[in-house]
Amino acid sequence: MFLNSEFKTTLKKNLQLSNLIPQVLLILFFIFVVYFFANNAQINMKARNMSSGFDFLNTNSGFDIQFSLIDYDGSSSYGRAYLVGLLNTLLVAFFGIFFATILGFIIGVSRLSSNWIINRLSLIYVELFRNLPLILQIFFWYFTVLRSLPSTEKSLIIFNFLIINLQGFYIPKFVFTNSHYIFYGITFAILTIFLIKYYANKMFYEHAKVIPVFKISLILIIIFPAVFSLIGGVGVKIEYPKLVKNFGIFNYLGGVKLIPEFLALVFSLSLYTSAFIAENVRAGILAVSKGQKEASKSLGFNSSQSLNLIVIPQALRVIIPPTTNQYLNLTKNSSLAAAIGYPDLTGAFAGTALSQTGKAIEIIFIVMMTYLTISLLISLILNWYNKKIALVER
Amino acid sequence: MKKIRINSFAVLAFVVTFIFTTFNANANQTRENVIKRGSLNCGVSQGVPGFSNADASGKWAGIDVDFCRAIAAAILGDANKVKFTPLSAKDRFEVLKAGDIDVLARNTTWTLSRDGGLALDFIGTNFYDGQGFMVRKAANINSAKKLNNVKVCVETGTTTELNLRDYFKANKLKYEPVAFTKSDEAVAAYDSGRCDVYTTDKSGLAANRTKTKNPADHIILPETISKEPLGPVVRGNDENWANITRWTLNVMIEAEELGITKANVDSLKSTDNPAIKRLLGLEGETGKNLSLNNEWSYNIIKQVGNYGESYEANVGPKTPVGLGRGLNQLWTKGGILYAPPVR
Repeated sequence: MFLNSEFKTTLKKNLQLSNLIPQVLLILFFIFVVYFFANNAQINMKARNMSSGFDFLNTNSGFDIQFSLIDYDGSSSYGRAYLVGLLNTLLVAFFGIFFATILGFIIGVSRLSSNWIINRLSLIYVELFRNLPLILQIFFWYFTVLRSLPSTEKSLIIFNFLIINLQGFYIPKFVFTNSHYIFYGITFAILTIFLIKYYANKMFYEHAKVIPVFKISLILIIIFPAVFSLIGGVGVKIEYPKLVKNFGIFNYLGGVKLIPEFLALVFSLSLYTSAFIAENVRAGILAVSKGQKEASKSLGFNSSQSLNLIVIPQALRVIIPPTTNQYLNLTKNSSLAAAIGYPDLTGAFAGTALSQTGKAIEIIFIVMMTYLTISLLISLILNWYNKKIALVER
Repeated sequence: MKKIRINSFAVLAFVVTFIFTTFNANANQTRENVIKRGSLNCGVSQGVPGFSNADASGKWAGIDVDFCRAIAAAILGDANKVKFTPLSAKDRFEVLKAGDIDVLARNTTWTLSRDGGLALDFIGTNFYDGQGFMVRKAANINSAKKLNNVKVCVETGTTTELNLRDYFKANKLKYEPVAFTKSDEAVAAYDSGRCDVYTTDKSGLAANRTKTKNPADHIILPETISKEPLGPVVRGNDENWANITRWTLNVMIEAEELGITKANVDSLKSTDNPAIKRLLGLEGETGKNLSLNNEWSYNIIKQVGNYGESYEANVGPKTPVGLGRGLNQLWTKGGILYAPPVR
């Protein structure tokens, strides 16, 4: 080359500089835009005598919420109303993800079934639930299915366990006395399992002995809490819902009550999302080449070993990233709760609390940050899991 | 490099235009904006018969609707130049604050925290109401004191929701609120049996009972558990606009007191009564004080009518809503409607 090294370095520097200028400009511009909007909002709020700040979170809300996991009434603060909404959102997201995953795996595997009927039925399931708008499905469950149930006095009672009527589903509540002993038992069992796992790994790598860790764990997680319960004197009381009559109005009191708004949301979110997860599962299994299974067989693995040790670990690598997206979608979609009056973060806090206080900017900001945090946490957990099962390349 | 530059220029151009379009200060000039636009933007309910409700052909009617038409008549000289925006209770104040509507006439309760805390102005009361309860006849309940362990359908973001809690707390009764964002949804939920009780202002109960499958199956309990002065609201930063709307309402009430109606307003132009002459703008300068022409009050009465006419046509005993005048009668006839002097 004709270029001497000095020239090269100056050119390199110049290039770096000219690359840097637009970046800096862009950042400055971004800061300006943020500042402009914040300033604009402040000026306009001042012009309209609107106060701002988060002090309202400590004042009494004055309204009740139908469904809450923690103690709450109108004398509680707006901050607590936020907590009620947050927990209700997490509850729906938790059950939605739980059922969507189970259903998704079953349907996804069924899609690959050699049985023609099962195969076709699961195809219909997937195409039906993922191609109808979610809000329509929520309305279907809420307005069409749950609204056509019998009234309270004519409730459907199934095995004296589940009571179904227009105002909700009721199941008996198990009330434990001295329940902390159960938690001690579970904690102790988990610690023991970790030790066994460590020992099993050692035995496997050093002495090539296989210890059935999973079976032992299953037994321990049942036996330890049971033994601890006996020692600690844990009692169980079953509280059945009771039909109470007040003039001509019937009501079930006691037990665990699941309101229709919650049920409609969990049904529709898990069915809708399970259709997408089913496709992920199918894709994941198809992505493992047939040769892998055949190779494991020729190595002498039985079919469950081949599935557990060869196929599933490889399929999971394909399944997990898109399924993370589905979990995020489900959590964010749970905000459609507001459409049917389920008191979640959007309905109870960004809805009721916002209109009672008028603190639109503050409340929407809090709610946006909360959804962002929940979503990032879910990604974080699943990314960690994904990394753990990813192919280790040396 | 080149590509980046083009993109950032495009972004810059977009943002600059955006900045200039967002910079339309709307303080203190609602009247000018309405005149420039040639129509009034009025926020109403999503359908409360008698107050604001659109019929099958999309024509709005109700006492809140009449109030908006009266403002349009006063400013633009034409009561039909109104664009109605149906709003949920939850959204109403935000839409008003944002400037998307000029006035909110949506059976809204006047309270201290809304008047002071929301940077809004309540300009008067066009319907004195109170909250009540509706139950099914089959429930066999004749008093609100007997409501216990009940599920109550309610519209969220309302004073109703707050009074409901106060009432049950004060009387040591138990209830569960089932809150909806639209009053239609709350009524439908109650009608389907999701709730045992439906609560809202008594005028709303009477109006919404007409929406149930079988209105005769439901009764309104006698108790009134709150004061609900319902009135129009404007933004708190425009005094001229607050005055125009306030005196539009006062003119309608005053016209009833003086016996001026849609029908006789033209013949009364030749009257000697100074109060009537002032009200019709034939004497004095009522319009100038509001930056309007002196025809403004005449147009209100001629095109919309007085308060009593609007009441009888929309919520009175002869309508499906069927409410007597009660508190909403003139002070001279045993009610509490009292307009300050128009002079």
